[in-house]
Amino acid sequence: MNILVIVGVLVLVILVLIFRVQSLVAILRGSDKRVDGLSNRINGGMFLIFLFGGLGLFFWYTFSKSHVYNLPEAASIHGKETDMLFAITMAVIVAVFVIVNFLILFFAYKYQYKKDREVKFYPDNHLLETVWTIIPAIVLAALVFGGWRSWTEITADAKESDKPVVFEIVGQQFLWASRYPGMDGELGKHDFRSIDSKNSFGIDLNDEKGYDDFMPLNIHVPVGKEVLMRIRAKDVIHSVFIPHLRVKMDAVPGMPTQFRFTPTKTTDEMRSLLNDPEFTYEIACTEICGRGHFGMKHTLVVDTPEEYAKWYAEQSKDASFASLNEKYLVEKVPAEKKDALNAVLAKIKGEEVVAEPVVETPVVDSLTTDSTIVEVASDSTVSDSSPELAH
Amino acid sequence: MSAVAHEHDHHHEESFVTKYLFSLDHKMIAKQFLITGLIWAFFGGGLSILFRIQLGFPNADLSWLEPLLGNWIQEDGKMDPNFYLAAVTMHGTIMVFFVLTAGLSGTFSNLLIPLQIGARDMASGLMNMLSYWFFFASGVLMMISLFLETGPASGGWVAYPPLSALTDLGEAAPGQGAGMTLWLTAMALFIVSSLLGSVNYVATVINMRTKGLTFDRLPLTIWAFFVTAIIGLLSFPVLFAAALLLIFDRNFGTSFYLSDIYVNGEALSHVGGSPILYQHLFWFLGHPEVYIVLIPALGITSEIIATNSRKPIFGYKAMIASILGIAFLSFIVWGHHMFSSGMNPFLGSVFMFLTLIIAIPSAVKAFNYITTLWKGNIIFTPAMLFSIGLVSLFVSGGVTGIALGNSALDIQLHDTYFVVAHFHLVMGAASFFGMVAGIYHWFPKMFGRMMDDRLGYVHFWLTFIGVYMVFMPMHYIGIQGFPRRYYSYSAYDTWSDYVNPETFNISMFISIAAFITFSAQAIFVFNFIYSALKGKRATQNPWNSNTLEWTTPVEGIHGNWPGEIPEVHRWPYDYSKPGAKEDFIPQTVPFSETPESNLEGEA
Ligand code: HEM
Ligand SMILES: [Cu+2]
Ligand SMILES: [Cu+2]
Repeated sequence: MNILVIVGVLVLVILVLIFRVQSLVAILRGSDKRVDGLSNRINGGMFLIFLFGGLGLFFWYTFSKSHVYNLPEAASIHGKETDMLFAITMAVIVAVFVIVNFLILFFAYKYQYKKDREVKFYPDNHLLETVWTIIPAIVLAALVFGGWRSWTEITADAKESDKPVVFEIVGQQFLWASRYPGMDGELGKHDFRSIDSKNSFGIDLNDEKGYDDFMPLNIHVPVGKEVLMRIRAKDVIHSVFIPHLRVKMDAVPGMPTQFRFTPTKTTDEMRSLLNDPEFTYEIACTEICGRGHFGMKHTLVVDTPEEYAKWYAEQSKDASFASLNEKYLVEKVPAEKKDALNAVLAKIKGEEVVAEPVVETPVVDSLTTDSTIVEVASDSTVSDSSPELAH
Repeated sequence: MSAVAHEHDHHHEESFVTKYLFSLDHKMIAKQFLITGLIWAFFGGGLSILFRIQLGFPNADLSWLEPLLGNWIQEDGKMDPNFYLAAVTMHGTIMVFFVLTAGLSGTFSNLLIPLQIGARDMASGLMNMLSYWFFFASGVLMMISLFLETGPASGGWVAYPPLSALTDLGEAAPGQGAGMTLWLTAMALFIVSSLLGSVNYVATVINMRTKGLTFDRLPLTIWAFFVTAIIGLLSFPVLFAAALLLIFDRNFGTSFYLSDIYVNGEALSHVGGSPILYQHLFWFLGHPEVYIVLIPALGITSEIIATNSRKPIFGYKAMIASILGIAFLSFIVWGHHMFSSGMNPFLGSVFMFLTLIIAIPSAVKAFNYITTLWKGNIIFTPAMLFSIGLVSLFVSGGVTGIALGNSALDIQLHDTYFVVAHFHLVMGAASFFGMVAGIYHWFPKMFGRMMDDRLGYVHFWLTFIGVYMVFMPMHYIGIQGFPRRYYSYSAYDTWSDYVNPETFNISMFISIAAFITFSAQAIFVFNFIYSALKGKRATQNPWNSNTLEWTTPVEGIHGNWPGEIPEVHRWPYDYSKPGAKEDFIPQTVPFSETPESNLEGEA
């Protein structure tokens, strides 16, 4: 980087010198009135210097820093794919950038004014024009086609059979928070009018599915599983950006959005891969939302399926909305939902309840293929469930 | 028109007010737009210097800025994050609308349309004057908002609701109260100004061309201003509607854009509105707006490159076709700003295809400029240098549109510095270069004097190198994921290492390059003022150019031509025609006078 500054300063100094010398010479020779005077030659030469100096700097910097300035390591399936596409697109872009700038700047140098240069009167050439309309069209069509295929895949609705891991992320000035379906495997409905100090997610108390939802400090997802992130916002627009997962989607008040991805590397794997023991997946906000926009950070942990199942079991048992706010719920829940609430509480506490239809869904439904995993996982250490505060 | 000439004969003594303030003369109105635009450019650029200080040197003690910024510098000597956002917002608004729309299109449409089509003035001098004064009033309101206790609007130049619709966000966004109200009012006035101007430009070009000046003989400058005015007429009203609905939501309790909002500890009563609706309306103007800004610059460049290459512009008809193609397509690609807004993904695919189609006419324009340079005999006037610079910047910024227009890639790139790099090169810098080129080229027409070439060269090289040094590095951090509109990156491990203020880093480099580039504009300001007062007297046709404006007297009179309006006999690009006596044949020369150079069918 220091070199860049030195180069910059040098260029400046040279410029100033050239122009001082030039004006002196011009005055001596009395040539400053002529079009083909020194200034025309200097400007022409400068275009050549700028062309090669600029391209040199560009390639030198790009290659010497290619390990630094690159897309962050991709850790999702679609991310790998779009990175490939990005590489191809960038190759085309750089090629066009170099060739076209070469032509512009080189022609400026080459065809600088000469007194007896023959100018070519050349008002048009239909063949040439057709060619350079069609070639970009073909190249662009090819690139778009690749993009279109990935885009359709990325944005397609999750197939029912895939049973993705679902969680919800909610943005507000200036923090993110998340909610997971509890033991029933389904997120409860929400209504912004229900929001209050205890119920910050606005869980709709008319829907018993929400009673067992839990709101962890950190977002956890299992590696290799499809994840469906449901997104909403309470106050203004925010945007969820998870750079390493190639995820970005606006959080819009009144209009829930979603993003589907499959993480491919656990947090631990990323730590050893990047040689950075501190690494965590960071979530940033990329839609201007006010004073704290730049600090609206959250973190995400990608676990092994075992770790995830363990974490999930713990959270759904100990940190559910119902168990943490039992009194609040007992007070607020509408009369006809009291039974449902009791059933949920009982289930969380591990009591057996008979004749309760709601809780029939298997515990962590699609998340673990084998329910014994929960036990197996209990002695492996969970990588990062330490409540590292988001804010 | 004879009435104008008549008036001219009898009113030699004009008062200061009618001559300089409420002038109806298009040349004076053009100068008013120009000077106002340049003053705004100074403010807009100055704001960018302030936030570049923050970005390059986040730990610096900025108490020395207190005399200028007052309370915006916090007690610990740091810049207030709210001020940072306000500065970014005002910078964008000022640059896009006041400098590059009013200052560029307003100046040169006004100056050149009557002069190049052979008209005594605009269709309506009164509307023209009103257009300027609405712009002025809009500027006054915007300026006042800069000095509000709570600061100017701070929700980005795109002003998305709900952030822009909630009037009382307290410390979270104080500018969204009175500041935003002033912003909206100023924008409404600005739109009125722009519409008044556009109606006038369109009417003048259609009705007032001199004898013989058919549409296929119009200089590309006029084509550009004409099409730009049409785009403005079709798109600005939509922004007006968007702003009006926003005002209703803010002040009259409607819910066009608002729904399900919980803020300041209470649930608002709005339901059923859609924030996305605003984005659609905004970008329906917003995308055409980028061409409203760029097309006049391209028109100016076409004229300057042809004149100074001493060659006809290559592919005149293709140039017109691509302007028209771009204009048409610019109305159906707005959704590419909204790929990750939650818009229906199928719509996203449609917008992706349409967006990449617009790259084709843009490419054609670039190739045509290059072929115009090829085998020319290039005279490096400062205007020519800036025009060549424009083509380079237009290409360098335009190519990255290919990545951004690809919705799958835009997921990662949207709202990062990659986008900032893209649009600053392709629209910001390119249009700015077009404006400066126009000033150097038509300065003799405006002030009867020449600007100094040598200062112009230094100005060009510092600016050209500087602009690349500022915006090229932004691609790198953009690819790295740096979000735009961030006051600081220190909260994120993903990014903070790259801009660690303890060591020299890329962000400092950008900031320093920005300071140098901004300072270099002082050379231009000096040259401008000095030359306007003391510059070398201009000759009537200093660049040996073909278009009609160079047949008017140097001193610039009411009604433009002292006698009859000249008649046009040919297209404007007969440069270096084989067989001709000189290397240019003005449009006023009939074919009958040039038998030696006439091509087939020209007689
Ligand atoms: C090659 C043709 C072009 C393509 C394919 C293209 C594509 C895009 C896309 C997709 C975006 C949105 C990126 C994002 O927000 O994630 C964008 C942003 C932008 N483009 Fe272009 N562009 C092209 C040419 C231009 C031109 C010629 C101009 C100006 C004259 C321009 C000005 C802008 C501006 C101002 C923005 C940013 C607006 C904002 O978010 O504040 N683009 N471009
Ligand atoms: Cu934000
Ligand atoms: Cu656009």
